[in-house]
Amino acid sequence: MKYLDEYRSEELAQKIVAEIHRTVTKPWVLMEVCGGQTHSIVKYGIDRLLPNEVELVHGPGCPVCVTSLEMIDKAHAIAQRPDVIFCSFGDMLRVPGSRDDLLILKSRGADIRIVYSPIDCLKIARANPDKKVVFFAIGFETTAPSNAMSVWQAKKQGVKNFSVLVSHVLVPPSIASILQSPLNRVQGFLGPGHVCTVMGYREYEPLAERFRVPIVITGFEPIDILQGTLMTVRQLEAGTHTVENQYPRVVNRDGNRVAQDLVNNVFEVCDRKWRGVGSIPKSGYKLRYEFREHDAERIFDVKEIDTQEPAHCISGLVLRGVKKPHDCACFGKECTPESPLGATMVSAEGACAAYYAYGRHLELQKQPAEVAHA
Amino acid sequence: MCLAIPGKLIEINHDAQGVLMGKANFGGIVKQVCLEYTPEVVIGDYVLVHVGFALSKVDEEEAARTYKALEELKQLGELDVPDVDDPDADPFPESPPVQIRSAA
Repeated sequence: MKYLDEYRSEELAQKIVAEIHRTVTKPWVLMEVCGGQTHSIVKYGIDRLLPNEVELVHGPGCPVCVTSLEMIDKAHAIAQRPDVIFCSFGDMLRVPGSRDDLLILKSRGADIRIVYSPIDCLKIARANPDKKVVFFAIGFETTAPSNAMSVWQAKKQGVKNFSVLVSHVLVPPSIASILQSPLNRVQGFLGPGHVCTVMGYREYEPLAERFRVPIVITGFEPIDILQGTLMTVRQLEAGTHTVENQYPRVVNRDGNRVAQDLVNNVFEVCDRKWRGVGSIPKSGYKLRYEFREHDAERIFDVKEIDTQEPAHCISGLVLRGVKKPHDCACFGKECTPESPLGATMVSAEGACAAYYAYGRHLELQKQPAEVAHA
Repeated sequence: MCLAIPGKLIEINHDAQGVLMGKANFGGIVKQVCLEYTPEVVIGDYVLVHVGFALSKVDEEEAARTYKALEELKQLGELDVPDVDDPDADPFPESPPVQIRSAA
């Protein structure tokens, strides 16, 4: 496919890898922000092509992973109501709450539907006027315009039986939170290409300046990620800390103004709790008061649910780039995609789940035998 | 989750509610796409699509420019291959172990 295949060229990848080897003189820790980038890196083994000096740690950019357990439990409480058709992106179906996941609830008779696009929910709502159709509106800035449009259109078209359970998260506050932590190891970022397609990258410039870190807005294909890595390493070696754009075929400095305007009309910034990380100030979106008739939290008045994560899960540290999946004693043993203990294993784009999907837990098991042999 | 894929726009229309829509071809798979956020696009453009919404037109010129820069890097890399006439050249230069796994 055009704009995909050419960014998977092995020959070109080799040249960029060689250039990274030539450029690097000392150790650097880079974080790719987005879960889609993490998935590509592990799938293509990109981290293993890099010099030992360049370590990639995996960021918090998987919205499925970081949706708080309280919010998942709220979704489950709403989805079980007989008057509700609960719609969600497919990624959320297997994410365990305190008791069940959406697939289990569906098997018990709850009307839960996977939608490709939030706008499809309006069709479902029109076709089922006696039901309340609720969409689980999760995502980063990339998804906010789509979710905002569904609410905007519902209000405009008078689709009164449609509401959204909003758990939106924002990237820049999470980057600031990572850099402010005393445990921080990250020295440069591969920025989130699709988030910036919507938002542009102006808001990353004060972050790069304040924390003196290079941020290179990067795409998702192997060539994109390697080029983003090269650009970040070049900055680190040169001692500069600016925002650069590796992904200009879809990202510009201003982003998509039409989309930003609608998002700002429908949503406002709020504090948000992240699974595995905790509450981060001003790191989410909630619906504006004008759209309260479409706010599932208000309509269903679900009580705050007290939840607890397993104490031995280190997903919070993995999400902040302090630890990697292999550092966890539970990884690939008690904790697998079938029975995840925490945030980074619950979705395919979580770092632990990506490591597991591409067999890195098996390497872990092989190691003692190799040591014995040696 | 932030997965977005470039598709070629093959049709532009409005749905029954007046929403600006279109159809995009993703390597043979045709899907409905909401174009409200990219009103400037025309048939034949490539659009970057996320959960059924076009978020951006793919800028062909920028794509070509970036790729050209990478191609030049490629040529630069070839300069590193030692000259056969150079007696001091290492005949087996150490190169990084590169292996790109094929896309699954």
